[in-house]
Amino acid sequence: MPIPYTKPSAPSDDKRWKIVETRMRRLGDRPQALIEALHAAQEAFGYLETDALDYIGDTLGVPHSRVYGVATFYSFFTLKPQGEHTCVVCTGTACYINGAKEIISAFDRSLDIRPKETTADGKVSLLTARCLGACSLAPAVIVDGDVKGKITAAELIEQLEAM
Amino acid sequence: MSEMPVAARTSRRRVTTVEPLDGPPRASAYVCEAASCMSMQARDITVRLGELIVEAGLDNVHIKRVGCLGLCAAGPLVEIPETGQLFERVRPDDVGAIVSALRKVKPNATRAPQGPFFEKQLRVATENFGVVDPESLDDYLEHDGYQALRRALAEMTSAEVRDEITRSGLRGRGGAGYPTGLKWTTVAKAQGSPKYVICNADEGDPGAFMDRSVLESDPYRVLEGMAIAAFAVHATEGYVYCRAEYPLAVARLRSAIRNAQRAGLLGSGIAETAFSFDVQVRLGAGAFVCGEETALIASVEGRRGTPRPRPPYPAVSGLWGQPTLINNVETFANVPAILRQGAEWYAAIGHGKSRGTKVFALAGRIVNTGLVEVPMGMTLREIVFDIGGGIIDGRPFKAVQTGGPSGGCIPAQFLDMPVDYESLIEVGSFIGSGGLIVMDDTSCMVDVAKYFQDFCRDESCGKCTPCRVGTTQMYMLLDQITRGAATMDDLATLERLAGIVQKTALCGLGQGAPNPIFSTLRYFRDEYMAHIVDRVCPAGVCAIETAEVMA
Repeated sequence: MPIPYTKPSAPSDDKRWKIVETRMRRLGDRPQALIEALHAAQEAFGYLETDALDYIGDTLGVPHSRVYGVATFYSFFTLKPQGEHTCVVCTGTACYINGAKEIISAFDRSLDIRPKETTADGKVSLLTARCLGACSLAPAVIVDGDVKGKITAAELIEQLEAM
Repeated sequence: MSEMPVAARTSRRRVTTVEPLDGPPRASAYVCEAASCMSMQARDITVRLGELIVEAGLDNVHIKRVGCLGLCAAGPLVEIPETGQLFERVRPDDVGAIVSALRKVKPNATRAPQGPFFEKQLRVATENFGVVDPESLDDYLEHDGYQALRRALAEMTSAEVRDEITRSGLRGRGGAGYPTGLKWTTVAKAQGSPKYVICNADEGDPGAFMDRSVLESDPYRVLEGMAIAAFAVHATEGYVYCRAEYPLAVARLRSAIRNAQRAGLLGSGIAETAFSFDVQVRLGAGAFVCGEETALIASVEGRRGTPRPRPPYPAVSGLWGQPTLINNVETFANVPAILRQGAEWYAAIGHGKSRGTKVFALAGRIVNTGLVEVPMGMTLREIVFDIGGGIIDGRPFKAVQTGGPSGGCIPAQFLDMPVDYESLIEVGSFIGSGGLIVMDDTSCMVDVAKYFQDFCRDESCGKCTPCRVGTTQMYMLLDQITRGAATMDDLATLERLAGIVQKTALCGLGQGAPNPIFSTLRYFRDEYMAHIVDRVCPAGVCAIETAEVMA
């Protein structure tokens, strides 16, 4: 006997699930909506928790293994919560030859974090981006969504420590 | 590495614009609102300009937000188009000076020459940059927008459109340079329905920002180009696959799609004809390999972006197994101009087998970082020194890197070479999507090769062994060289391995990964030797271990 299909319900009554649900529904709740749904969940929650992955997979009819596969394949998605402040360092070629390398090593020296890590006190997360396309501002970083250009490692660390 | 979950957000603040009462404005201020100027607070300048103009009681003055003015290094930029005055690095305190300049503009003023950066360019794909408000369909229509599509639908058959594009000599601007007309014909003749049109806006090459600028500055043009392509190949649905790292481009594209749909220029029955075509945006998620067309298709389908062997080519079996046309943003942006002004006009520009113009992103150790469009065949010297203004601090030119991680470094001896598809391949690089990264004597070429190998190793999708394992091994060998811990045997191994990866990898990422190694070895072998034999880094970039290492 076939099991009647019921649409899975959101993991909690958090209103943000509505955003994810709507995005999936607009694309017909089909497997092809997977990446768009993951974007929606990450925009809403900041990262992708296991609940989110399972809920999206069940709604779109995609096995959990494949959802996990896609979420970990694309570097834009993160499965870990981020620190209070995030700093994205551009490592594109123009930034690289203009000092991005020094900025990354300054994080290691001053805050003891490497790319994709968060400080022990949960204050700052360091991320890297391939190229922000802001090559005229090289070296460029994004601190909490604001692009800062032509910045030195010392200035940046000072600003972060003051936050 | 390579993670960016927070996207740069643009301010949602409302912009004060002062509209002319009737007739054309006496004077206007064009504020560049592309991403680079926006990140330097260009929006504050627009708002402040509005306030000051109201305060000063100027009438018949118009403030317009426009797309990229090109000279990104000097942002934020404001231009008075009537006189050609360009205000650079504008701070809110400087806005007063712009207002007094606006006051002085006389009716029938003539534009002053603006220097080689602007004068030496030839704008086709970017002709609306700095002129059209990227968020206004009306403004696009006023600047000949949708004339090409209307003409195609009313006066031409699909075959005639394809023929026009073929005769223009347009080739793919994403890097490979495949003849666009030929690709369109293949898709048109392929069996199967529906057919799809995909715009590849997954501009992954570091140091390249042409596609971002086109989408931010003139999104309607890309949609028009896609619609013409759809008409020519009998497609009904389209996708723009855009990087998530470009939030402003995505926002402008989405708003352009909505406005075009409302105006009957997208959707069913376009421009009161039987032709239907609709476009959706799909976001990338930070995978460089998705710029490869089969990987891109997998990603649009919601799967991991891994490439598959070709043939069958997407033109025959692409998205959901249907015939699919994939072209780059810039290719589509050229299409409306070709249909408007004719294939002969376009084919008359250019050099050899490369016809038309090419948009380049100038970056690195160059004075005028920014976006330029030049006829194919202009020499590298003209681009770097005349338009680009030369090297920062007047340091010596060392090389220009083109083609991203699959390209190569072109040394000073080729500065007088014409820049086109064939010439660049001859010297071991390739034109790529159009990023030109200029390097001076502060860059170590071995370190640059290592940087690109690190990139490829990180971005390899892992599907085929030559790329997954080969890029890592090549990176480790290069790392050993930069640490001063390598022998001549290691260099021989590196060269042999690079040859194997080039021949055996599945897709362009792996096949192109050894290119930076080959080209730096070809022109800068002495730098490799200095690291290996003398254990010094001539540019002083690499931290060479002083202790004796290796057996």
